[in-house]
Amino acid sequence: MADTLLQTKLQAVESADSAQSMLDAVEALAELKDEGAIDMLIRVLGYNNPGAAVAAVDGLVQIGTPAASALLSQIDGYNYGARAWALRVLSGIGDPRGLDLILETAAEDFSLSVRRAAARGLGSIQWEKLEKADRREGQIKARNTLLQVAIDDPEWVVRYAATVGLQGVATAAAAEDQPDLLPPIADCLRQIASVDETVAVRARAEWAIAQLQLSV
Amino acid sequence: MSDPSQLESSGAPQLTVPQAISNLKQTEDTGDRYYAAWWLGRFRVEQPEAVDALLVALSDQSDRDTDGGFPLRRNAARALGKVGGGNKQVIPALIACLDSTDYYVREAAAQSLEALRAKVAIPHLRSLLDGGLEAAVPVPGKPHLVQPYNAILEALGSLGDDSSEAVSVAVIEPFLQHEMPQVKNGAARAMYQLTGKGKYAQILIDTLSCDDLQLRRSALLDLGEVGYFPAADAIAQTLAENSIKIISLKGLLERQIQAANALVSDKTCKVMSLMDSLL
Repeated sequence: MADTLLQTKLQAVESADSAQSMLDAVEALAELKDEGAIDMLIRVLGYNNPGAAVAAVDGLVQIGTPAASALLSQIDGYNYGARAWALRVLSGIGDPRGLDLILETAAEDFSLSVRRAAARGLGSIQWEKLEKADRREGQIKARNTLLQVAIDDPEWVVRYAATVGLQGVATAAAAEDQPDLLPPIADCLRQIASVDETVAVRARAEWAIAQLQLSV
Repeated sequence: MSDPSQLESSGAPQLTVPQAISNLKQTEDTGDRYYAAWWLGRFRVEQPEAVDALLVALSDQSDRDTDGGFPLRRNAARALGKVGGGNKQVIPALIACLDSTDYYVREAAAQSLEALRAKVAIPHLRSLLDGGLEAAVPVPGKPHLVQPYNAILEALGSLGDDSSEAVSVAVIEPFLQHEMPQVKNGAARAMYQLTGKGKYAQILIDTLSCDDLQLRRSALLDLGEVGYFPAADAIAQTLAENSIKIISLKGLLERQIQAANALVSDKTCKVMSLMDSLL
């Protein structure tokens, strides 16, 4: 029964004949949260229909690990546009197998919206999927990239996202009982709260400090 | 701020500031003049010599298009809105441009006067609304109305202060009934800025759920510009690109920070929480 439903929704995407009907069909497919939709949703990312692509990203993020597996196995063959969408999905899922890709994206991607998704994603990596012994190293890498992006990125929204990311890494490190990872994060957040040229970024850093209950 | 030496588009001439100024002053090549005027504004070249040259270009007679328009004047007017703050002649010159026969010169002048915070231009801007709603009709054969109403309404809303508010409100209010949504929304935005009454901002919030993506985007940007906090949830849920929604919410955040004189408060956290979810 579920299979027939999936087939119906897949068919609707195949036969969509307008941008709007494509969007509606992709949203309906994504709602199923069915692994069987992965390949179709990945194809939608390349259809030059941004509304549908966003819906496909959301759908793939909801599906989670199997979607990450599929993308990681295909991503080397992607052109820039498809790669950008794939990285948004990987950033949204936070599968640590994608960590190195997400780190590189946060620091270097041409597109500010992809950098922002990656920076934010570094704060919500699924650390529990790593062996305990590997988590610390991963958190240090995420932290160090975010420390740099939060200060150096020319776009305010990427620095804002990096601030959110730093809050996420700090929370994860504290939960993993790695308190020695925190002081550079605390220092960085204080610096941002004080001197970032964009008031929205200063505010987000200030809020991160409050939420982390760092003594100022 | 962009570094002019990093301009990388293929085919576009690489310019230095002295070259741009010199290109603007020469008269043999209209293309070079036109591009130089744009360039000086784009890279915010505020040097007196640049501004003087732009002022001269504002009354250029030689660059005409087939409709009788003045392309160089348009670019000069736009650039002066970015670089003209330090020269006392700029605002009067732009005010004079409000009477240009060229619609796009009038539009650029209105936008630049707003950018320069030229309150002295308010009565002149208002007079362009003469004839009210009935006069605000399309020009046959052209893609625009008789006046650049959006630019004028936006400027009046943005520049208005207590001393001129009542008069502006009376002149603007009829435009809330204009049949073009863009003009109606421009009036709503200005009315909200001048009166602070939520019912005008509500018109913009209602636009967030209309069928036209372009209108939704404009309403997002308008709400962000005026910083209307009650719109936060509606903004986050609008069917539009996250990037624009984030920019809109940033406007709300900035307004709240200013109002409360604090970075972190219940309201600012609410907006930041929504921004986080859109990253």
